[in-house]
Amino acid sequence: MSEALPDRDARPDLIRALREGALAALIAFALFLPLIGFSTVQNMRNEIVLEARWQLLFTLVAVIAGIRFLSTLLLAPWAERRAAAAALTKREVPPNGVAQVWRAMAARWFAPLALGFVIVYPPLVLGLNGFQGAAKWIDNFGIQILIYVMLGWGLNIVVGLAGLLDLGYVAFYAVGAYSYALLAQNFGLSFWLLLPVSGILAAFWGIMLGFPVLRLRGDYLAIVTLAFGEIIRLVLINWVPVTGGYAGISSIPRPTFFGIPFNASDEGFAATFGLPFTPIYRTIFLYYVILALALLTAAVTVRLRRMPIGRAWEALREDEIACRSLGINTTTTKLTAFAIGAAFGGFAGAFFAARQGFISPESFTFMESAVIVAMVVLGGMGSQIGVAIAAVLMIGGTEIMRELDVLKAVFGPDFDPTQYRMLIFGAAMVAITVWRPRGLISTRQPSAFLAERKAISGTLVREGHG
Amino acid sequence: MTRPLLRVEHLTMRFGGLVAINNVSFTAQHGEITALIGPNGAGKTTVFNCITGFYKPTEGRLALQSGDQALWDDLDTLTAGGAKSLRRADGGLFLLERMRDFEVSRDARVARTFQNVRLFQGMTVLENLLVAQHRALMAASGFTILGAIGWAPYRKAEHASIERARLWLDRIGLIDRADDPAGTLPYGAQRRLEVARAMCTEPMLLCLDEPAAGLNHRESAALNDLLMLIRDQDKTSILLIEHDMSVVMEISDHVVVLDYGEKIADGKPAEIRSDQKVIAAYLGVEDEEVDKVAAEVGL
Repeated sequence: MSEALPDRDARPDLIRALREGALAALIAFALFLPLIGFSTVQNMRNEIVLEARWQLLFTLVAVIAGIRFLSTLLLAPWAERRAAAAALTKREVPPNGVAQVWRAMAARWFAPLALGFVIVYPPLVLGLNGFQGAAKWIDNFGIQILIYVMLGWGLNIVVGLAGLLDLGYVAFYAVGAYSYALLAQNFGLSFWLLLPVSGILAAFWGIMLGFPVLRLRGDYLAIVTLAFGEIIRLVLINWVPVTGGYAGISSIPRPTFFGIPFNASDEGFAATFGLPFTPIYRTIFLYYVILALALLTAAVTVRLRRMPIGRAWEALREDEIACRSLGINTTTTKLTAFAIGAAFGGFAGAFFAARQGFISPESFTFMESAVIVAMVVLGGMGSQIGVAIAAVLMIGGTEIMRELDVLKAVFGPDFDPTQYRMLIFGAAMVAITVWRPRGLISTRQPSAFLAERKAISGTLVREGHG
Repeated sequence: MTRPLLRVEHLTMRFGGLVAINNVSFTAQHGEITALIGPNGAGKTTVFNCITGFYKPTEGRLALQSGDQALWDDLDTLTAGGAKSLRRADGGLFLLERMRDFEVSRDARVARTFQNVRLFQGMTVLENLLVAQHRALMAASGFTILGAIGWAPYRKAEHASIERARLWLDRIGLIDRADDPAGTLPYGAQRRLEVARAMCTEPMLLCLDEPAAGLNHRESAALNDLLMLIRDQDKTSILLIEHDMSVVMEISDHVVVLDYGEKIADGKPAEIRSDQKVIAAYLGVEDEEVDKVAAEVGL
């Protein structure tokens, strides 16, 4: 009979935890032996030889076994006790508890505070790090993250609002970048003129893609959009006379400060304003340009959500057949979502080309599309703040990993944390699907209200089907 | 005097070898509630899907007229001409079988509800009613561009659309739930909301697919009142599929009975009630055996 009763002795728990840990170690060993245990390296005579990495392999296996052991021994019983306690006290939580007030405060003030922070970010970094150290923080962190925030917000219109899964979004980013690069180089047109042109061209390609795929839904749509992304990339690689193929396009004209170039010449920005020359001015200027572009994307999306077209997008995501029964032309509704999403991708692409000064098909691989889709899904489809947070975590996290020299002390001097980026992405995706299947911010804000704006639980909101 | 609104003529719908509807013709009149009844699988919903453009009929003509009755005289010219519709300032003549689903709703003004409620669950009750006013709001917003920059006439139109939604929420008794997601409403309220949403498109003809299914007696009576209000006050004609005979007999002006894809009866509710063929179809027996079976079951 003692079998049936939950045994709270430490001993059986310990044995169970040891068994679980050993099992995890076994699985990890079997999995990692071919993947991590061996590595191919070239020796002096250019021969490829197999090199065993026992230290790394056993470290990882030990870490995994340890985590499993500890989680079985300590974490699982603790979570169980907590769940039991929570079930008991559930009804006693007052409706206006401290936690709820805090949550309401956070929801109210997060966006304005975040906006204030990104506006003062460049001077802040400049003050903390000086001219030499600040460039990295403004460029690699600030501009890089903001480009992805903008891409995430652009794709959010297609995936989050209209519910159309687009796995080839990077194609529009590429169209924007190459439009700017080619037109600026061959015709000498300015950045500010070409920015809208790039957006329009990307929107045009959005419609071109939209037309044939409108009948497709769900997985089929995802596959075709993925293929479209690859087609654009392959065209860029193979159309060598125009795009330069793998070599890409270099020395793309950089944006000017309303006609004043950022260089060391007498007409340059620094000389005009009587400042000592440093490249940081351009970086700061670019930072504010991409910030303005990202905010434009957000503002347009917020505005459109309250317009009939935005409501039609969301209605389309909820139920396409009901939409048609209400006289909504689903074809044009989908096309506008594709076109507007693509236009913002094009803007971001033009900015990317102008910032880098060099572009090649390498920058527009499927990986980029996957990262942008991951940001939208992790952030919570349709939620602007959620997508922005996901972009900061994912892109900022990658950049931070480059800075983590501490890890070299643990894993050896050859350890490069950025190589584990995909592993961490994967783990983050698994974690989010387990704990927050609807993304970081899963509630939906209604676009209109009679008496009171109440957030809608993510469990009611559909994810779209095509 | 009859004032036809919708003429269904020789409607046939085949799915491969299966004949779902075979040569069905009937007429729905302006200002009337027409009921389409029949046993399960008789093809009622297929007729609805043909009328509302979700299916393309294999054969037949579906003509809808609004405004001047004299427009009917041009029906054959329109049919021969190959156009979808003939529009005048005060109305038009529409060939529904030539129109796409959203055009039937947008241009010919035929609204519909679904057998299994299709609300936008993750949107609020109010938003559901605003989506239904898409056509009017889209035009008022200058196809989004003028509206996005805060054009005054659009703001007025948006205000008017919220007022219309408020009116319907009052009528269906959901004004207190306006800001709740539609998916959280009880089933009966979802059915009423779907009717209100269809009415927000300002239809000429409202097609209801089993509106009383799953409603209790009180809710069903409230629905009857709502439908009669729609007929009398909004001047919207109704075509409804219904199994609940208390609804059909009480409110409909005209009943069409289908069985195995064919029309077996057409007339006033009282006539249908005593029609031998209809009773036979509902009991599932041959016409000659009706009296015997009816006696057995005590009808």
